Amino acid sequence: MEEGASVENEAPVEGGTLAEVVPPTFRERLGRSRGVFAGLRSLRGKGVAPSTWDELEESLLRADVGVATTGMLLEELRRRVREKEIGSGDELVDSLRSDLVDLLSLEQRGGASGTEIAPGGVATGEAVEVAVRDGRGLRFDEEEGVVNVWLFVGVNGVGKTTTVGKVARQQSGSGRSVLLAAGDTFRAAAGEQLATWADRVGAEIVRGAEGGDPSAVVFDAIQRAAARGHSLVLADTAGRLHTKVNLVEELKKIRRVAERPPGRVTEVLLVLDATTGQNGLVQAREFTDAVAVTGVVLTKLDGTAKGGIVVAIQRELGLPVKLVGLGEGPDDLVPFDPAGFVGALLG
Amino acid sequence: MFDALSDRLERIAGRLRSRGRLTDSDLDEALREIRVALLEADVEVGVARDFVEGIRQRCSGEALSKSLTPGQQVVKAVHEELVAVLGGETLKLTYASRPPTVVLLAGLQGSGKTTTAAKLARWWRQLGRNPLLVGADLQRPAAVEQLRVLGRQVGVTVFSEPTDPVSVARAGLEQARRLGRDICIVDTAGRLAIDEELMGEVRRVSDAVRPHYTLLVVDAMTGQDAVATARAFHEVLELDGVILTKLDGDARGGAALSVKGVVGRPIVFASTGEKLSDFDLFHPARMADRILGMGDVLSLIEQAERSMDKESVARSAGRLMEGRFTLDDFLEQLQQVKKLGSLGGVMRLLPGMTKELRQAADRIDDRELSRVEAIMRSMTPMERGDPSIIDGSRRVRIARGSGTATADVNQLLKQHREMQKLVKGMATGSGLPGLPGLGGPGGKGIGGMGGFGGLGGLGGLLGGRKQLAALQTLGDETGRDQQGLAGLLGRGVGGLPPLDAVASGGPPAAGNGASRAQRGAKGKKKKGGRVTPPKAR
Repeated sequence: MEEGASVENEAPVEGGTLAEVVPPTFRERLGRSRGVFAGLRSLRGKGVAPSTWDELEESLLRADVGVATTGMLLEELRRRVREKEIGSGDELVDSLRSDLVDLLSLEQRGGASGTEIAPGGVATGEAVEVAVRDGRGLRFDEEEGVVNVWLFVGVNGVGKTTTVGKVARQQSGSGRSVLLAAGDTFRAAAGEQLATWADRVGAEIVRGAEGGDPSAVVFDAIQRAAARGHSLVLADTAGRLHTKVNLVEELKKIRRVAERPPGRVTEVLLVLDATTGQNGLVQAREFTDAVAVTGVVLTKLDGTAKGGIVVAIQRELGLPVKLVGLGEGPDDLVPFDPAGFVGALLG
Repeated sequence: MFDALSDRLERIAGRLRSRGRLTDSDLDEALREIRVALLEADVEVGVARDFVEGIRQRCSGEALSKSLTPGQQVVKAVHEELVAVLGGETLKLTYASRPPTVVLLAGLQGSGKTTTAAKLARWWRQLGRNPLLVGADLQRPAAVEQLRVLGRQVGVTVFSEPTDPVSVARAGLEQARRLGRDICIVDTAGRLAIDEELMGEVRRVSDAVRPHYTLLVVDAMTGQDAVATARAFHEVLELDGVILTKLDGDARGGAALSVKGVVGRPIVFASTGEKLSDFDLFHPARMADRILGMGDVLSLIEQAERSMDKESVARSAGRLMEGRFTLDDFLEQLQQVKKLGSLGGVMRLLPGMTKELRQAADRIDDRELSRVEAIMRSMTPMERGDPSIIDGSRRVRIARGSGTATADVNQLLKQHREMQKLVKGMATGSGLPGLPGLGGPGGKGIGGMGGFGGLGGLGGLLGGRKQLAALQTLGDETGRDQQGLAGLLGRGVGGLPPLDAVASGGPPAAGNGASRAQRGAKGKKKKGGRVTPPKAR
């Protein structure tokens, strides 16, 4: 199979190259959205005055980091200033930066088992059957007869279908045999939208009737994948608010069905719009409770968006951001890079 | 919507209520909490700051009213500030003297433009207008297809062609003129405010069709960025207003509080659900009431007026007055109620909704209504006219016919009997029955279905304009009147046993819970009516 080769092709990306190749893109793209933290730059070269705290607080709040997380970050900085670890505005900004990077890095969380961590990825070796991951830190079990299912969930209009399309392109580009499941049977023409992507990517797609049972679509997709030898099913789902009990139940059912052999759910990705405010945290919590989300895809980060809510999500739920959408092009979906993200935020 | 903010403010108010005096530190603490509540609801940082300052000013010195306790004073200040920030008046839509009136929708990707376009078209159709939808989103795959499907659902023609957005818009307007449509709604592709090329394109679309209304569609879940986006679009397009979408969740809507303040353009419409009917004009003052837990009876009445069949309502109201209430009336009312939209959405408009109730509202399963309807439809006309002839074997037949159990049929019949008793009592009682169901002892265990009858009673209310007017004043006054506010503050003293029953009901089991919550709503409703007396006195 070609797969071995392509995985190897990607291997360098996973290691050192990633840090060098991707961040420029990241910062370049996010550069346009700077300005929130322009205030922070003005702190440089000064001492720490009472007004400094207000400015810091306001900057963090404006980036949607949220009241609680902002409070925690500032508390820590205050302590250091009190204990004279920090004296200048520069040091203050620098330590905020490293605190944020630490918070967003997975070391704290997955590091316990001494596992290897790829940027934006998930720890390996958790599962007994070795989880072979691709360059984007997404889990893929290369076991014979297993159809990996990646489920994309989220509220309405965050870009699930587009994300599925982009991931499909990347995965099939790296040699995986991908099948798309048009599990959004609710929104008018969502199936067409995904079919367009399937066409572009040259992937097979399984669609159901509009208004049909999405679980059935996913089930059919897995059966088809098994029959045709596709190893990965990317399942789109209809956007749903986490407050709609019935719809959340429907999602749980989709996951249950997808988990039935030969299917195996190896990723449940919560797609989150980077402009989302504090509600993002609630979304992450509710979806995690319902379908055990494994990671976040932060979309539309190329706007004026800050995406600071992922800091709160990481802190409170330990959910890592795995992918970031930086534009409309099919290749504008890149692995998350904490340092690049924070760097862009702090300007 | 605004639930988190609502809950926080309620809690703060609750604590202040008991205070005889308000010290500076009390006030500071309350203001700090209000600020956090605002920020957590995604209110823009600057707006939150001004908001809190505004309250401080209203609460200081000579502005203090003697008739209110300090706690009430703060709540009143919050209310006034909310109304001010939300923009006071509802925007009055006018129509072009030479039709069509052109409406341009713009916004970020995923804010809900296409769905909103269809909802808007439906909304205007309900007002007897004749819109044309123009699909100028040629960017997102299948966006036009989506619009076409939605257009079919709302019965509105969709125009589009695979050229370029500017030509499509221009041709669409031509088409609207040719077809004699009086409204032309142009849906555009989602774009980022910082994308100069695409912003230039939407500018050209706008120049081509010269819209009478340029509306920005904003996702209510948007964080601090909402204001920046609105500002950027405003600079390029000169917005007339904002449409807020996805307001039907939890803990959000801060964007609503921010946009008006920063861009100076009001929120014109709000979309509150996935159904195409979940869409209406945005009323700032009513929203302020709602945030403070005062409900929005006015919107409910309007919704009812629009969707209910007046004749049928008048007919059943007339029969109610005579003390008759057959299963046919029940069935008819049920159908009217169904037209109001989802029951959960209706419940959210009722005054005094607590967090538990709001959650209960989210859990309501509208299919319960269909079950009840199925039972009644499985009866013969004779049985519906005189339920007393329904004996054991008829019950079995009805249950089988409707796919339910005999017990369900029995329950329905029992509830109907109790309602009938109630109606009779009212008719023979002193004069006007007031608000049947609404004002009636809703909480006193009429049983789940009683709730439906109650809402049907709302229809009856519509029959009598007098009561409608009365309720309208109630709605208005609760908003502005201090006493009304005091009434609100005193809420909870009145005691709401049926409510607690709902709350403690926990996650309702499928259908039953729905009707139980429904009953709670009734109790609530009645309570809403009770806010008046203190004011009237």
